[in-house]
Amino acid sequence: MAAVQETVDRVKSIDVSEYKYGFFSDIEADKAPKGLSEDIVRFISAKKNEPAWLTEWRLEAYRRWLTMREPSWARVNFPPVDYQDLYYYSAPKTAAGPKSLDEVDPELLKVYEKLGIPLKEQEILAGVQNPDVPERKIAVDAVFDSVSVVTTFKEELSKAGVVFCPISEAVHTHPELVRKYLGSVVPTTDNYYATLNSAVFSDGSFVYIPPGVRCPMELSTYFRINEQNTGQFERTLIIADKGAYVSYLEGCTAPKRDENQLHAAVVELIAHEDAEIKYSTVQNWYPGDADGKGGIYNFVTKRGECRGDNSKISWTQVETGSAITWKYPSCVLRGDNSRGEFYSIAISNGHQQVDSGTKMIHLGKNTTSRVISKGISAGKSQNTYRGQISAHRKATGARNFTNCDSLLIGNSCGAHTVPYIESKNPSTQFEHEATTSKISEDQLFYCQQRGLSAEEATALIVNGFVRDVLQQLPMEFAVEAQKLIAISLEGSVG
Amino acid sequence: MLEVKNLNVSIGGRKILNDFTLTVQDGEVAAIMGPNGTGKSTLSYVIAGRKDYTVESGEVLLNGVELLGLEPDVRAAKGLFLAFQYPLEIPGVATMTFLKAALNAQRKQRGEDEISTPDFMKRVKEAGDRLGIKPDMLKRALNVGFSGGEKKRMDILQMALLEPSFGILDETDSGLDIDALKVVAEGVNSLRTPKRGFLVITHYQRLLDYIVPDTVHVMAQGRIVRTGGKELALELEQSGYRDYMAEEAA
Ligand SMILES: Nc1ncnc2c1ncn2[C@@H]1O[C@H](COP(=O)(O)OP(=O)(O)OP(=O)(O)O)[C@@H](O)[C@H]1O
Ligand SMILES: [Mg+2]
Repeated sequence: MAAVQETVDRVKSIDVSEYKYGFFSDIEADKAPKGLSEDIVRFISAKKNEPAWLTEWRLEAYRRWLTMREPSWARVNFPPVDYQDLYYYSAPKTAAGPKSLDEVDPELLKVYEKLGIPLKEQEILAGVQNPDVPERKIAVDAVFDSVSVVTTFKEELSKAGVVFCPISEAVHTHPELVRKYLGSVVPTTDNYYATLNSAVFSDGSFVYIPPGVRCPMELSTYFRINEQNTGQFERTLIIADKGAYVSYLEGCTAPKRDENQLHAAVVELIAHEDAEIKYSTVQNWYPGDADGKGGIYNFVTKRGECRGDNSKISWTQVETGSAITWKYPSCVLRGDNSRGEFYSIAISNGHQQVDSGTKMIHLGKNTTSRVISKGISAGKSQNTYRGQISAHRKATGARNFTNCDSLLIGNSCGAHTVPYIESKNPSTQFEHEATTSKISEDQLFYCQQRGLSAEEATALIVNGFVRDVLQQLPMEFAVEAQKLIAISLEGSVG
Repeated sequence: MLEVKNLNVSIGGRKILNDFTLTVQDGEVAAIMGPNGTGKSTLSYVIAGRKDYTVESGEVLLNGVELLGLEPDVRAAKGLFLAFQYPLEIPGVATMTFLKAALNAQRKQRGEDEISTPDFMKRVKEAGDRLGIKPDMLKRALNVGFSGGEKKRMDILQMALLEPSFGILDETDSGLDIDALKVVAEGVNSLRTPKRGFLVITHYQRLLDYIVPDTVHVMAQGRIVRTGGKELALELEQSGYRDYMAEEAA
């Protein structure tokens, strides 16, 4: 209840149609020239002092990309993106490898402060001194435009043997790991946006948890797109070695702009035998204004591979932002008895278009997967759940349960469910449930008669609707997510 | 005190309330009876602030405060309660959660502190016991899958918790079995105070045996056509509304 009240207070305190994170920060940037070519790819690689193999890897992807076409099967519409009209690299000028927070541009720190992301370790500690959660620490890697500006709690993590750093750094400090795993889940040839990312990826997080280690704290990355006309192409690579465990959270924001900004990230997860990776996303990119102008195009490839037996990967996402979302976090269940989970809340309002879902690819024996998707559409938005569940002929005993619920607010939005189910093994059990419900004017009037404002009533109903998924998020983020949900549904009623 | 003055209301170009005028004093229980489709529910919805209607002219004052133009939740916080003819189902929201949110929303509007959880639990339990509402029902989503009678009781429970200064009961008796009718009527009677007024809309004299009204009004074709004491209800039971309809037609 307290959380609901907080949600409501937060909604009230914010001006309608104000995207809270829509400020632009005036920080000098070091940019590559506009446009895309082999030279730009080399430029990016050189900026990062990359080894030759990686430069070649990028160039190969670039050449491949030139032969590919943008996918058109998703239920989204947008004018063609001019890939020559973008900047592919932008780094805050002062951020060339800060060694500690003291070296980070104070302007930058201010940006993260505004975003509510604590970067000073003592502040983080102070912030979570909550009697219910003793000593809960969260390590943060902050990525500003193309560059990681700071990673906190590095020392403490390295004592546990955990590697958590910008991928650009890992290329130098752990080249054998990067080389072994990069592109091993999402190959450079995978799809248009993933291939583009492989050619020009800027930065992102790298995580390696050694065998038998339970990562001692939550890991978290915050992405912020600041520069105009800048594509953000981060690349995240997370490896949980045998018997390891890690929980990772990704958060994102961007300033308000009239132009659309492109975001094409790739995330690869690898879980070895008995390992578990929990990956949560609270995505709050700028969704565009009330007329559908501006906003982020979020074309993301996220895939995890349960490579070892008894491994587990779970994706939890709360998607509230972006003008267009094209995103299907997937699990390849290769190890026997491995398990994939996907919990999603996707909210669309205004003119947002969401085409999101998951793929569970059952390859090993007795692999199981679970999909819980809650789509909420308001305003003039379109919200599509697209899910693929497949079983290889060797996937004896594979099981999936999918539950896909849609909630409509108002009369001008749409919800669509597109399940693909294919099984080449007769012993598999795939279950699919779907419901669609609507918040009616009469229901809102009834709630209002009892004293709740239309916003409070909507928040209450929506919170009830998404509860199963919110429970999957780490506690601090569940509260944050709940607030985001309320904010993103603002103006959807009345 | 509720004062409705010369209220003219239409929906989709069709006139429903016709210069409707009615005053209910502090502590008074007024009953409205009248044929189907005459505008009784419309009246209660317009007082509560439902949007679909066009209010052409008139005033609605609750304790001297004009309600027209205020949001329904603001009216509620000012002390107005409407027990619906057809209570709505609110999926996914536990009844208990809903009740507390509603109560606190009203308190906040009025600048009061949130109710403490033990206090709240105590009040819900008391009211629930009195109305024969089982505790496990409070854990279910509000009104979802409740029987018709259970929904009506739940509305009265909400009234007991919210302690409005004025309550409108729109056919609260319909769908109640005879035992439930008594329980609900007792629930309402226990809320009667020298300050709190009620407007009881019903088709049946039977309810008024249990909730004894101070005044009975006959409503026909969008206005009050006759006013009397509780004996008027008995008379209507015998003669029906034919006379009033004919009068209007003439
Ligand atoms: N949304 C609407 N559009 C058109 N007509 C409406 C609408 N709502 C109500 N009406 C009409 O207004 C008139 C009054 O309806 P109302 O529900 O107020 O009657 P009532 O007196 O409560 O009837 P009952 O005793 O059956 O409950 C009816 O003729 C009804 O059909
Ligand atoms: Mg009625």
